[in-house]
Amino acid sequence: MQVLRALLLHRSGRIGALIIVVYLGLAVLGALGLTPHNPLQPFPISRLKPPSANFWMGTDLLGRDTFSRLMVGIGESFVVAFASVAVAAGAGILIGLFAAWWGNLWDGILMRVMDVLLAFPAILLALLIIAIVGPGTPTSIAAIAIVYTPIFARVVRGPALSLKQRDFVDAARTFGSSQGYILSRHLLLNLVAPLTVQVTLALAWALLTEAGLSFLGLGSQPPSPSLGLMLADSRNLMQHAPWLMIFPGLAIMLGILGFNLTGDALRDILDPRTQRRSA
Amino acid sequence: MSALLSVSDLRVGFGRDPAANEVVRGVSFDLAPGETLAIVGESGSGKSVTALSVNRLIDFGGGRITSGRIVFTSANGSTLDLAQAKERTLTGVRGRDIAMIFQEPMTSLNPVMTVGEQIAEAFRLSHGLAGTAASAEARRALDRVRIPDAAQRLRAFPHQLSGGMRQRVMIAMALASNPRLLMADEPTTALDVTVQAQIMALLAELRREIGMAMIFITHDIGLVAGIADRVLVMQQGVVVEAGALGDVLDNPKHDYTRHLLQAVPHFTAGRAVRSDGGQRSVTEPIVKVDNLAVRFPVGKGLFRSRGAVHAVDGVDFDLAPGETLAIVGESGSGKSTTARALLGLVGKTGGTISVRSERGRRPIQMVFQDPFASLNPRLNVEALLAEPAIAAGQRVNVVLRERMKSLLVRVGLPEDSLSRYAHQFSGGQRQRLCIARALMLKPEVVVLDEAVSALDVSVQARVLDLLIDLQRDFGLAYLFISHDMAVVERIAHRVAVMFAGRIVEIGEAAAVLGTPQHSYTRRLIAAVPSVMRRHQQFSLDATQVPSLVKPRGYEPPRSVWREVGPDHHVREEATP
Amino acid sequence: MTYVVQRLLTFPLILLGVSIVVFFSIRLIPGDAITAMLGTEAGLLTPNQRAALASYFGIDKPVPTQYLHWLAGLFHGDLGISVIYGKPVIGVILERFPLTLELALLSMLIALVVGVPLGVLAATRSERPSDLVVRLFAMLGQSTPNFVVGLVFIFVLSVFFGRVPTMGTFTPLFVDPGDNLGQLIFPAITLGFAFAASVTRISRSAMLDVLGDDYVRTARSKGASARRVVWRHALPNALIPVVTLSGVEFGYLLGGAVIVEQVFALPGLGRLVLDAITQRDYPLVEGAVLFIALNFLVVNLLVDLAYVALDPRIRLGAR
Repeated sequence: MQVLRALLLHRSGRIGALIIVVYLGLAVLGALGLTPHNPLQPFPISRLKPPSANFWMGTDLLGRDTFSRLMVGIGESFVVAFASVAVAAGAGILIGLFAAWWGNLWDGILMRVMDVLLAFPAILLALLIIAIVGPGTPTSIAAIAIVYTPIFARVVRGPALSLKQRDFVDAARTFGSSQGYILSRHLLLNLVAPLTVQVTLALAWALLTEAGLSFLGLGSQPPSPSLGLMLADSRNLMQHAPWLMIFPGLAIMLGILGFNLTGDALRDILDPRTQRRSA
Repeated sequence: MSALLSVSDLRVGFGRDPAANEVVRGVSFDLAPGETLAIVGESGSGKSVTALSVNRLIDFGGGRITSGRIVFTSANGSTLDLAQAKERTLTGVRGRDIAMIFQEPMTSLNPVMTVGEQIAEAFRLSHGLAGTAASAEARRALDRVRIPDAAQRLRAFPHQLSGGMRQRVMIAMALASNPRLLMADEPTTALDVTVQAQIMALLAELRREIGMAMIFITHDIGLVAGIADRVLVMQQGVVVEAGALGDVLDNPKHDYTRHLLQAVPHFTAGRAVRSDGGQRSVTEPIVKVDNLAVRFPVGKGLFRSRGAVHAVDGVDFDLAPGETLAIVGESGSGKSTTARALLGLVGKTGGTISVRSERGRRPIQMVFQDPFASLNPRLNVEALLAEPAIAAGQRVNVVLRERMKSLLVRVGLPEDSLSRYAHQFSGGQRQRLCIARALMLKPEVVVLDEAVSALDVSVQARVLDLLIDLQRDFGLAYLFISHDMAVVERIAHRVAVMFAGRIVEIGEAAAVLGTPQHSYTRRLIAAVPSVMRRHQQFSLDATQVPSLVKPRGYEPPRSVWREVGPDHHVREEATP
Repeated sequence: MTYVVQRLLTFPLILLGVSIVVFFSIRLIPGDAITAMLGTEAGLLTPNQRAALASYFGIDKPVPTQYLHWLAGLFHGDLGISVIYGKPVIGVILERFPLTLELALLSMLIALVVGVPLGVLAATRSERPSDLVVRLFAMLGQSTPNFVVGLVFIFVLSVFFGRVPTMGTFTPLFVDPGDNLGQLIFPAITLGFAFAASVTRISRSAMLDVLGDDYVRTARSKGASARRVVWRHALPNALIPVVTLSGVEFGYLLGGAVIVEQVFALPGLGRLVLDAITQRDYPLVEGAVLFIALNFLVVNLLVDLAYVALDPRIRLGAR
């Protein structure tokens, strides 16, 4: 709660949080079918209409309302981003924590496996996975999760290693505290702050990657709308119907910006180093 | 005689509203050329901020001078108010007229530049020297601060030097310009006591040689006696007492000065040792350590280790119930490793540790040096105190909570602290919390690893008193690890002196501290600063600690002990 | 030096891991490879012809045998024959590589030339207007997908300047530098924008950390000027995170910028892989992915060597 209040008092954190809330609202409305127009139904009469009171962001080649499609597309992007980051964070935290705690051989093996995954560019790894299981929402989630797992593992391992050296962990050992107690109370609890920041920033990256995949036509499949695909489709029409490019482009950018701003603000709030500097 | 530096009504604040957050509140003093002024105070007294305001480095630390004058007289007689000076002017003054050395010699040197480059830069900036001329001067500067093999050391990076060497490099750099004023901000606090004595001797000698004035900032009033002409005592941003060295130390006017002088542990060569305890002949030892060795392999990785750091070797001692055995030594002596081996925090390579316990499962508990690091910041006091009990399989219930409360009261903390977090307590209170936590399992032995070293002197004195009370009440045996002879004198029944991983002298406190027999013990005791020794000369001594790294398969010979009195043994050295 | 030796020793291990992942994951792709290659025409093949084809491409043996065979080939620089191009895989890859390499280098150049000074500037003017402007730029750069940037470029050029950036072809630098630059400059700026934003952010935060360090205070106490403090004392200490980030980003760019190549229709490595995957050219996918991972690892090794050059504590072993 304290963190939330601090976030709302933070100059850029406030903007970021506002963007996320608005996007979440649009996504929920879109998922409930409460869009101004049907996002899937072609409407030949209203093809390529510029923005107006009726079609706030204009219509596409098939006469579908851009705004309604954006609402559903945002929902789709959020589902992929949140699900993939949840999986990646869960797996990455476990791997990083155990690598740091067990050390030596296990640390070596786990982190080398992570290095192997890191040696593939994100999009390429995603492409491989998509080639194996075929495109679609679950595939995008799995692909992005696999790409970000090693990143989370590294993010957790470093601080976990230094926490392991701290006096309070030594003290816990002198009491004979169980490994589970030390891992959960002394390591994980102290990692909550940096992980909150990391999760927020990872959501921004996940949105970016999802948009990239769907731009290549490898995300959610037509006719269901996705932001990346809408942009890709706008290419040949950009001279005649620039709104088809401008609004999805802005929508992607703002969404990512929202998470980046929030993540940065959280870092300011939660990072003990910046706290000390301002104190 | 006109003042070299005249500070009047200096006020310095921090943050958005400096006037509301003043750390220095109206400090005034004059400093004559060639004079040494010591500024003494505990943490938060504003002593360092005062010094950093003089050369205006405080601007870069987020501070602002809100009012006051800092008038500095240059070599040509002109005066300059540093409080109002522009940054461009200040750049010319810093280093050239006013030099400074800092507390942490490790972090105060640039890690990616060689020592030579850094000293040469000082000459370049202050004398406009270039290239080879600057390096030649750098080499001479190292000679001046008595660094052996100067030519070779110039090419070294800071991390390749010891703490004392680094501080000498800092001094060489600061004195490059023969400044009219040197400010030394706790220059020896991070150093071992014998190294401290060396640096103090060097500073005193160079000051005479150059004829510069000095502002010496310290928390240790004992150190002041050896170097200062005049003393300024600060408390919470205000000067509470100022005067000539003798006046302040012998006839303190202000309560706080008196308190400081009283709180600071005076080392009296074994005359102030505890008179209680001492029934050791009747009881069996509770802890018996025999031939303990702890070694860490070096060069580990893919290849087999080439050798090992013999951190602790051939250490024997007994600890009787209810007594305090102090282990004294400098950094690298192996005293903390011994303590950690006792608790199983580091594995022992050889020897035996036998514990004869009647009470619990874990009869030995430990209190660490840094009360900030040894309490998990995310847990409240209840969870912190409950941890040992949970580990022992107890339940958190009313009974346990009552026990926590009574322990909190016993260590002098409010009963209602249970729901608070560590950061809401002061350093001393946190250490009390750590002590309470260590007592949760009703141990018989408590290992105190530099447990009062991080505390301000007045807090330190109170925690020491608490420890002595608790020892009597609960019948505890203490293994008290410390580098501070004066603190050890207050609490120890017996003393063991460690050097380079081995005990060199062990026995009754009064005997070891009063009539030290081993050459190292003597050197250690001679280096202890004291308010009693005024302007004492320390002789320079370049003895190096022997390397602890030994080749693979090396087994040290067992120590041969010479008995020099009842319960007083000294290790025989092969070469005296 | 043990640090570098250690890195060198794990290098082949990771490469082996990568090759296993690539090879076996490709075999997981559903469907029969011959059908995938020939499409509907595969139905016309007799079983004998099928078997002959399978044995020609070496896919008639068990997968682990195929892997070992492939691995043996690697040591002779033989990555197999591309199905799409009917040429050795290594040749196809090397044909596409110059474009990717040049694009990656150009982007990094832009990122460093723009990012480092901006980051340093922002750090030394922390919380002043110039800092806020730089941070806004960096935030936007980090939040804008590169296909959006690319499309905006194409849009602005075509709508307002009435010209379309050269697309679809690639002229090697030494054949015609002008043409070459015309083709690559906009994709490079597109990639460089986000890259520069990251470099700016990391330079700024590293500089802020370093400027608070004790040795910077020491330098000031010696009378070093503000400029000297920043460039001589602080920056060399702040470079490690910048080098790390640039290395990782550059390493990934060497794997081809799939999306930007797609936007500007450039024949780079990224699109090669994309096409190879969609057309099930197994040998090409395997070879290209391995090549890309190798590049990444080599760049990382260079980054490690850069640490050694930058930080004597790594070079000489910290205590």
